[in-house]
Amino acid sequence: MMDRQVSIAIRHLYKIFGANPVRALEHVRAGTGKDALMAQHRHVLGLRDINIDMRAGDITVVMGLSGSGKSTLIRHVNRLIEPTAGEILVNGENILEFGETRLRELRRKQMSMVFQHFALLPHRTVLDNIGLARSVRGERRADFERDALHWLARVGLGGQEGQYPHQLSGGMQQRVGIARALTSNAPIMLMDEAFSALDPLIRTDMQDLLLELQTELQKTIIFISHDLDEALKLADHLVILKDGSVVQQGEPQEILLKPNDPYIVDFISDINRARVLRVRSVMDRAPETIPQVAGTVDVDATLESVIALSGGDTALSYAVRNRDTTVGYLNMQSLVRALVPTQAPRHGNRKQEKAQPAASGPAA
Amino acid sequence: MQGATVATYDFIFNGLGLREWCGESVRSGPMTMADLLARGAAPAEPQTGFDWGALWSLPFPSLDELHKACAEIPRSRDLTRSLEAGFLNVRESLRFVLDPMTQPLSWALENALHVAVNTPWWLMLMALLVVVWLAGRSAALVGLVAAVMGFLLFVDHYVFAMQTLSIIFVCAFLCVVMGVPVGIAMSRSNRFQRLMIPVLDMLQTLPTFVYLIPLIFLFSVTEPKLYGIAIILYAIVPVIRLTDLGIRLVDKEVIEAAEAFGMTRHQKLIRVQIPLALPNIMAGVNQTIMMSLAMVVIASLVSAPGLGVLVLRGIRNLELGVGLMAGLGIVLLAVILDRVTKAALARVNAAASVARH
Repeated sequence: MMDRQVSIAIRHLYKIFGANPVRALEHVRAGTGKDALMAQHRHVLGLRDINIDMRAGDITVVMGLSGSGKSTLIRHVNRLIEPTAGEILVNGENILEFGETRLRELRRKQMSMVFQHFALLPHRTVLDNIGLARSVRGERRADFERDALHWLARVGLGGQEGQYPHQLSGGMQQRVGIARALTSNAPIMLMDEAFSALDPLIRTDMQDLLLELQTELQKTIIFISHDLDEALKLADHLVILKDGSVVQQGEPQEILLKPNDPYIVDFISDINRARVLRVRSVMDRAPETIPQVAGTVDVDATLESVIALSGGDTALSYAVRNRDTTVGYLNMQSLVRALVPTQAPRHGNRKQEKAQPAASGPAA
Repeated sequence: MQGATVATYDFIFNGLGLREWCGESVRSGPMTMADLLARGAAPAEPQTGFDWGALWSLPFPSLDELHKACAEIPRSRDLTRSLEAGFLNVRESLRFVLDPMTQPLSWALENALHVAVNTPWWLMLMALLVVVWLAGRSAALVGLVAAVMGFLLFVDHYVFAMQTLSIIFVCAFLCVVMGVPVGIAMSRSNRFQRLMIPVLDMLQTLPTFVYLIPLIFLFSVTEPKLYGIAIILYAIVPVIRLTDLGIRLVDKEVIEAAEAFGMTRHQKLIRVQIPLALPNIMAGVNQTIMMSLAMVVIASLVSAPGLGVLVLRGIRNLELGVGLMAGLGIVLLAVILDRVTKAALARVNAAASVARH
C-alpha cells in the first residue's frame, strides 16, 4: 500500500463561511470552536485544519454526519468551493494557484464527479449525458459514442442510450452518473454521497459495482458518505470528520479496532464487526508456537466467513494464507475477542457524549 | 384685496429675513382656481386669542401655500409646467437618438401589417394553422384556431384581427429578443437584478396611458413605432422576470455538475441554464403575448390599426354592436393565443423538466 503515490494532498485546509472569513480564521486558529464561532462572530466553521493524503488508486472515504463538512470538503478538491486558507496539491501542484483556464483543464481532464441526486441533464438523452465531459472538451458525438456505449454497458444499462433520465429509476440514473464520470477518462473521481439517495438493496449493488470497476480501473476515488457500513466496505483510507475537523483517519480496520475518540466509538458501536473486520487485522503473524490448524483461510476473508467455516467452535485455529504463502495464524478465541466492542459501556458513553459535547470536541 | 390677505406661512419668510428676497407678493402668472375662490370669499375678521378655527383649517406648507407667502416660491403648476418644458427641451436630442434606433420597429410593423392584410385569406389561414400545428402538435388546437379564424372571416372582422395579430407577433417577438438577454444578465448579477426590479415594477404599474403621453411628443402619431414602443415597454416585463427566475431556479446540483465537468460560462448558459429554464421562459412568453394583446387595444388611441379601432369607434360613437363585436373578436384572439402558447409550453415541459429525481 505504501508504495502508491500520493495523488491528492490536502494541507491545512480551512473554510469559514460568513462576511469576513479571514478575520474569523484568526479566531479559529486561536482555538475557537464551531459553536463559539457561530455565537460570538456569526461565522460558520466549515472546515478546520484538514490534512489528508489520498493515494492514487485508492478509495478514500470521507465520513461524517450531516453538517460535518464532508460535502464542503469534496467541493474543494475541484474548487467548486474556494477555501479560506490551505493548500490542495494534485500531483504535486497547488490547484489553488491555478487560473481559470488551468482550473477548467483540470476539471475537464483530471477529475470527474458523481452527485447525490445524479445531476443529469433532463433534456438530453442518456447517451448525451454520458458523453457530457467529452462534448464539453469539444469532441463530437461520433468521437465519444463508442466509449459512452462501452461504459453504459459496463454499468449494466446497455441499450438504454436513447432514453431520457426521467424514464429511468433512481438506481439506473446513478448508473448513468457513474458512466458519465467514467467516460470522461479522468483519473480522479469525486463521489458526493453518490449512493445515499438509493434504496438499501440498490445501494449494495452499486457499491459492488464500484468495487468491481475499481479493481479494473484503479482510479483515485474520493467518496463521501454518512453511512459507516458503506464507508467500511469501500474505503482503503477512511477519514472521519466531525464539526469540520478530522477526528481520525487511517485504514478502516485500524479505526475499528483502535478508535481514538468517543465520537467514533459511538459511531462504530452499532455495526456488525464480524462482517467488517478481516482476518489480516486480527491474525497472529508470528505465534510463539505453531498451533494445530483446522484449515486455511484467506488473509482478506471477513471474520464472519471464518465463524461460518468453524461452525462456532472457538477451540480451532486456522492458517492464514495470502495467495500461496502462509502469513500467520488465526486463533478463534482472539477472533471472538476482536468482536468485543471497544468500550464496553457504550450506552453510557453515548450519554456522556450528549451531556458534555464540549469535552469530546475536536479541540482536544 | 391681495394686499389684505395674510398668508399662513408669512412668518417663515419674515422670521428668516427673506422678505426682501421674496419681493412684493405680486403674482405675475395666471391665477389658480384657489385664488379665484379666495377672491370671492369675505376677508377674514381679525381675531384675538388662540384661533381654533385657523388651526382646524391650517393648510399644509405646500408649494401653492408657500407661494402665497412668497412669490419667489414656484407654484405646483409651475412644477408640472417645467417638467413639460424640460421634456420639450430634450425632445429634439432624444428624438435624434431614438428615431433611427427605433426605425426598424416601424418598418417591421409596416411590413407585417402589409403582409397580413394583403396575403390572400386562404394562404394566411393555412400558414397560421401550420404554425399552430408546429407549436402544439394537437389536432384539436388546429381545429379551434380554424373555427375562430373562420368565424372572424365570416363576420368580416378578419382584416382587423389580422392587423391586431401581426402587431402582436412583431412586438412579442421583439420582447423575447430583447427580454431574454436582459433576464439572463439579471440572473447573473445580483446587483443588476436589484437595479432592474424597480424599473420592471414601474413599467408594470405605470398606467398604460402614461407611456403614451411622452411617446406622442417624441414621435409623430402616424408612425407605427409609437404604438410599437408602448406595447413593447408594457409587455416585455414578464419575459424578463421569468427568464431571470427560470435561470435562478435551475437545480443547483446540475449547475455544479456543469462546472465540475469544466463547462465555460457560455457552455453552461447554452447547454444547461437556458434549456432548463425554458419552461419558465415560455411561461413568460405566454404572458408577454397576452399583455401585448391588452395593450394593442389601448394603442389604437395612437393610431394602432386592428380590432382596437373598432372598440374605440364603439366608445366614441356609442355604437354598442360594433364595440361588442370587436370585443368578442379580441376575446377569441386571446383564447387562441393563450391556448397555442400554453400547448407549446406544455410540450417544452414534457421534454425538459419531468421528475428530476
